[in-house]
Amino acid sequence: MRKTECLGMILAGGQGSRLKALTKTVAKPAVPFGGKYRIIDFPISNCVNSGITKVGVLTQYKPFELHNYLGAGSAWDLDRIGGGIFILPPYAREKGADWYSGTADAIYQNLNFIDLNDPDYVLILSGDHIYTMDYSWMLESHKANNADVTIGVFEVPLEEAPRFGIMVTDKETGRITEFQEKPKEPKSTLASMGIYIFSKPFLKKYLEEDGANENSTHDFGNDLIPKMLNDGARLFSYAFDGYWKDVGTIESLWQANMDLLQDQPPFELNGDWKIYSSNPSMPPHYIGPDGVVKQAMIAEGAQILGQVEHSVIFGGVKVGKGAKVTNSVVFPFTKIEDGAVVDHAILAQDVTIKANAKVEGKEGEISVIPEGEIVG
Amino acid sequence: MKTVVGIVNLQESNELLRELAATRAVEALPFAGRYRVVDFSLSNMINSGVNSVGLMLPDYSRAILDHIRSGKDWDLARRRDGLTYLPAALPSNDARKGDLKDIYANLDFAELSDKKYVLFVNGSYVYNIDFQKVLDFHKDSGSDITMIYKTVDEDKEGHTVTIETSPNGVVTDLAESNGVKKGAKAVLSAYLMPVPTFAYIVRSTYERGGQDFLIDGIIRHSGEHKISAYEHKGYVARINSTAAYYKANRDCLNPEVWEELFMQPDRPISTKVKDEVPVQYKETAEVKNSLIANGCEIRGRVENSILFRGVKVGKGAVVKDAILMQRCDIQDGARVENIICDKNVIITKNRWLKGVETFPYIVTKNARI
Repeated sequence: MRKTECLGMILAGGQGSRLKALTKTVAKPAVPFGGKYRIIDFPISNCVNSGITKVGVLTQYKPFELHNYLGAGSAWDLDRIGGGIFILPPYAREKGADWYSGTADAIYQNLNFIDLNDPDYVLILSGDHIYTMDYSWMLESHKANNADVTIGVFEVPLEEAPRFGIMVTDKETGRITEFQEKPKEPKSTLASMGIYIFSKPFLKKYLEEDGANENSTHDFGNDLIPKMLNDGARLFSYAFDGYWKDVGTIESLWQANMDLLQDQPPFELNGDWKIYSSNPSMPPHYIGPDGVVKQAMIAEGAQILGQVEHSVIFGGVKVGKGAKVTNSVVFPFTKIEDGAVVDHAILAQDVTIKANAKVEGKEGEISVIPEGEIVG
Repeated sequence: MKTVVGIVNLQESNELLRELAATRAVEALPFAGRYRVVDFSLSNMINSGVNSVGLMLPDYSRAILDHIRSGKDWDLARRRDGLTYLPAALPSNDARKGDLKDIYANLDFAELSDKKYVLFVNGSYVYNIDFQKVLDFHKDSGSDITMIYKTVDEDKEGHTVTIETSPNGVVTDLAESNGVKKGAKAVLSAYLMPVPTFAYIVRSTYERGGQDFLIDGIIRHSGEHKISAYEHKGYVARINSTAAYYKANRDCLNPEVWEELFMQPDRPISTKVKDEVPVQYKETAEVKNSLIANGCEIRGRVENSILFRGVKVGKGAVVKDAILMQRCDIQDGARVENIICDKNVIITKNRWLKGVETFPYIVTKNARI
């Protein structure tokens, strides 16, 4: 079998409780995004485009739809001989079964999977961020620095820094000198993106130690990174200056969708760095004789007889005559009947907005209609 | 439908299609923004439960092979059954014209399939049908052969075979004519019959010098068999001329046709998957009565048109009554009307091009104007 240089591990077990109604039936990574994608398409496509073709996906919270979506990985060209996608839910062992109790614990419980593939490096990713990034450059930097760990970092405004894990680095070498988890007084504006490359033997040693430590919360940011720094290990930062968005809240999910509608979007979905996704069999969408569409993103199978402005419309959505959808995100197969008004809202799958009904949120207070609901 | 083996005939003549079919088979013509004509036959087969399908390849087969590959996108890449390519007979063996020699050369595909019936369809028709109903009809009728027909709703051109039927659906006459009148019963070149009947017709006709399956095999021997006719009441388009192609595409702008062809939950039309982003409409976009496929970027005006994947319409550009195939680029201020642009056509800034409704102007592949 061909040697695996770098194994991808995507943490996709989070509940995403801050997405409230949208994660009632699915895990956060399976939440739809950008007209046809799901959030997890981004890290998986980044892996494939970066040449990482063996990817473990760690699932836990309401995994059925996510498992079903990933399937054999063919949408990402990952149904490969001796490679591809591996779905890794928690499992029972001789002494019983445990849930994944933290990010590090999830990887620890799958050490046997990592050992089996015997990679030189392990890339650990979150399944809930929107960005396009070439991990192969980060891997090159990891090798050049002879690092034990390389952490992807992203420049944030000083006032937002307290929301993130902050890396204090040596300006010249990029070596990490201190880590502050959600600091009140940040010493730096470099936030961790939750992207780690570990040299495998180093990772294994620390995971085994952490696994045996009963006082640990088994979290990379809380426990392992501080301990590694303490031990004087070689931790380096890798700065990313493209578009990166944590879509863990309703507002940020809405905003990331709206970002796609700019005349020149902050990141290119249409370029060489393709984002792959499972494609349903639907025809091109239809815009009716009285349709109005401006600053919109509309997917296949939609039928627009009314007005859509500054909105993201998924496949199979129907917008009736005289209906008006503005500043909103509408998930697949939702129906907005004649004369209805939708503004500043996220409508989940299979929602029906009855004729002339109104769903109106505002900036900072986006209205969310959960899956299957009928309004009006 | 487990007892049925399907054969899709991709050898429709393309003489009336001018430039569009110069380098590709009719069945490989892009259709309705995302599809190719052959997608309908293949999807109809798989949606009806026919899992073993043979494809009789046309002379120009590259576009078809590139489109269908393993058949995975139609769920036809199977360990058992699935897709089988049936290449044309070598011309050195036989200089005859017509499809019969190729059917004859591939006859063992049907005979060795262990299936009871053959469903033999012509791949140049656009329709969405449940063949299970045709099989039920065939069994009830007790006939030797069932053929599918459509009652023509307006006068049409081109060689067409029409039938007369008795009130109980038995075919009483079969004839070929050039053009049909409204109300005539036109056959869709789709037949269901037991494998031995099919093999007998092909073998006996071919070995007596026959060339065309329908004309020589069925019409000339219609007296020997009991033939029933199944009426398909839904939408049908036969792609046999540029005008027919233009019209059928534009029929899809009718929401009823669009829903009937594409939005039936149990009978989706599948096609080769491409990863394109949803359509991006910018501030200055103005779009009415059009079908727009993923990957397009619209800044100008689009009316009564069909845009395939990845088409760009620049600021101030106008696209009216047009069919723009994959990756066409209509630059700022350009204007196109009653036009069919093949793949990768570029209409540079401020150029105007116009055809007429009955004779759309065709711009060939990769042209820059």
